[in-house]
Amino acid sequence: MALRLPAIMRTTAARLSALYLVLFMICAVALVFYISGFSERMLIAQTQETVNEEVQGLAGAYQRGGIPLLVRFVSQRARQPGANLYLLADPNGGILSGNVASIEPGVIETEGWTARPFSYERFGDSSERSGEEGAAQPAVSEKRHAAIALVIRLPNRMILLVGRDLGEPERFRSVIQRSLMLALGMMAFGGLLIWYFVGRRALKRIDKVSEASQRIMDGDLAGRLPVSGAGDEFDRLSENLNTMLGRIGKLNEGLKQVSDNIAHDLKTPLTRLRNRAEATLAKADAEAVDYREALEGTIAESDQLIRTFNAILMISRLEAGYSAEPLAKVDLTAVVRDVIELYDAVAEERGVQLESQISDGVYVEGNRELLAQALSNVVDNAIKYSAGSVDAPKARISLRRDGDRISLEVADNGVGIPDESDRARVTERFVRLEQSRSQPGSGLGLSLATAIMKFHSGRIELKPADPGLLVLMNLPAMKGV
Amino acid sequence: MDLSVFSFRFRGSGFPSPAAANIQRPTLLDSAASEKIAYNGRMKILVIEDDREAADYLERAFGEAGHTVHVAGDGETGFLIADSGEYDVMVIDRMLPRRDGLSVIAGLRSRGNTTPVLILSALGEVDDRVTGLRAGGDDYLTKPYAFNELLARVEVLNRRGSAREAETVYRAGDLELDRLSHSVKRAGREITLQPREFRLLEYLMRHAGQVVTRTMLLENVWDYHFDPQTNVIDVHVSRLRGKIEKGFDKPILHTIRGAGYMLRAN
Repeated sequence: MALRLPAIMRTTAARLSALYLVLFMICAVALVFYISGFSERMLIAQTQETVNEEVQGLAGAYQRGGIPLLVRFVSQRARQPGANLYLLADPNGGILSGNVASIEPGVIETEGWTARPFSYERFGDSSERSGEEGAAQPAVSEKRHAAIALVIRLPNRMILLVGRDLGEPERFRSVIQRSLMLALGMMAFGGLLIWYFVGRRALKRIDKVSEASQRIMDGDLAGRLPVSGAGDEFDRLSENLNTMLGRIGKLNEGLKQVSDNIAHDLKTPLTRLRNRAEATLAKADAEAVDYREALEGTIAESDQLIRTFNAILMISRLEAGYSAEPLAKVDLTAVVRDVIELYDAVAEERGVQLESQISDGVYVEGNRELLAQALSNVVDNAIKYSAGSVDAPKARISLRRDGDRISLEVADNGVGIPDESDRARVTERFVRLEQSRSQPGSGLGLSLATAIMKFHSGRIELKPADPGLLVLMNLPAMKGV
Repeated sequence: MDLSVFSFRFRGSGFPSPAAANIQRPTLLDSAASEKIAYNGRMKILVIEDDREAADYLERAFGEAGHTVHVAGDGETGFLIADSGEYDVMVIDRMLPRRDGLSVIAGLRSRGNTTPVLILSALGEVDDRVTGLRAGGDDYLTKPYAFNELLARVEVLNRRGSAREAETVYRAGDLELDRLSHSVKRAGREITLQPREFRLLEYLMRHAGQVVTRTMLLENVWDYHFDPQTNVIDVHVSRLRGKIEKGFDKPILHTIRGAGYMLRAN
């Protein structure tokens, strides 16, 4: 009990104590009914036995002396203190002898044991002697008792009834009922007591959590729910909610950053777009060829804007972990070879030597298109930035599996990113280092690659390659391959 | 993001300089493109699109390209028209009032209608594309799109062009591609191609006389739908062009301004 009580208190105390109370009550009531029913049946059986013995005696008297002796026996026994119930009636039901003043109508009509306890009135119970008049009066009926009896029809059609009062079983029953009421009352009281203390404790803590969340909703976004340190389930709930609030806060921050970046990085090309249109319209001697040129520029610029938007949307979706298509087994070796083959021509055109070292049979669970997109972004950067190298421009791609991890590396020998904090920053959205501003691109290539790696439970790391930059992508290998 | 992007793209793709463009007949389309695209023959196109302005634009633009266009403004009407009429290609917006675009396609397919369908959608991720194609669409294009891209895709979808699938030897002028022996000849002279170059030429020749865009090439020759940041396709095409045009006096692989490429003998 010392161990279980706190355990119960940790749970939703009020509901459980109520449940236990109801269960105990049901059990107690069932038990009491079983015991009282059983003992009542026993007492009735005992009563019937006594009555049978009496009937034996009376039968003997009747055989020896006929009706007169029977009547004498009956009136004699009826007068004894604590006597059984005796009644001798004529064939029409008129009472001739015995200690019964009146009886429930119909009881003596049927022979044998009475089907159920009946009520009757005994001589001496009432000052009035008349049965028929007394039966109608409430004062008399209050004195009525319950009994069971054996009804015998004598050969001369007279009726003999021998019975026994049920006073004893009745008393027994009332004792049991009283104790039952007492027990139930105590149980209810105990239940209420537990509910009051345990439930109040729980409610108080819930109120605290409600207050804290109200404060957070009112704008205190840095606020957190109270943790008592008891390590119970309320604490666990609060801790989880706090973690959730932290995550929401972070996402919120990210959203704010993204909207700031969208505002900045999309407003610039939009301004350029507008300026170009305006300048062309304002040009006094504009010819058709000028308009054409301006419109073409406008279309090209809007295409770039659309691509940037698409990349932003894709990153957001990936970061939200959304994918309508279930992940499938992807032959990463084939994807890497495809991307290399795709970029080979570009590299050659720009005088960049593309080297590769690809392990066979590397599989990953993921999305083929996304993986190709991620690698293509990284390779694109490598070619772009190594092209400015003083040495012979080179880009190196390697894929290998180390145990349950896959490492996909792309290195170039360009200028690289010497500063460590800059290296950490470039995987963020829209971050473009000053020296790369002159290069084409939305600034989302690495961010998108990072989001794709994260989506595949992988990560991306940037390291100096002396000279140049090494982009290290690490992701889990597909199990069972 | 500055103009250097585009200047690079112009150089890399072998675009003629803007000043040299044909500007005699300014139309809704790039004039040079429409001139070449339109010869492909009339098509009956059904456009199911709820945005009135977009539908009008498509009707006009397809009309200028020489095609007949019928427009339905909602999914249910579109389904009834499509079910009763004979169209060469249908362009169906994915999100439509009264009946969703994908449900229209599924309904038509279950009634045995095999008219090629191009799905237009504001949703554009790889996943959505897969769902769209699985529902019975033949191609998928994301809004906002370039009309030239849409037109090129619709013309390639046209079922009258798909008969070439069965041919084993493709011919365009003096250029000949044997799909079984994997050999390419021009004017009887053997040309050696890398496997990818062969597939590129095969696709271009299957759609000879039709405009194919860069994304179409990436999708059909490389089987990828992602967005390569640099125009890698242009470099592959110019390499191929070098091989099939060098030493011959007539150009055969043409760059269509603002659209893509077209293989044509004259």
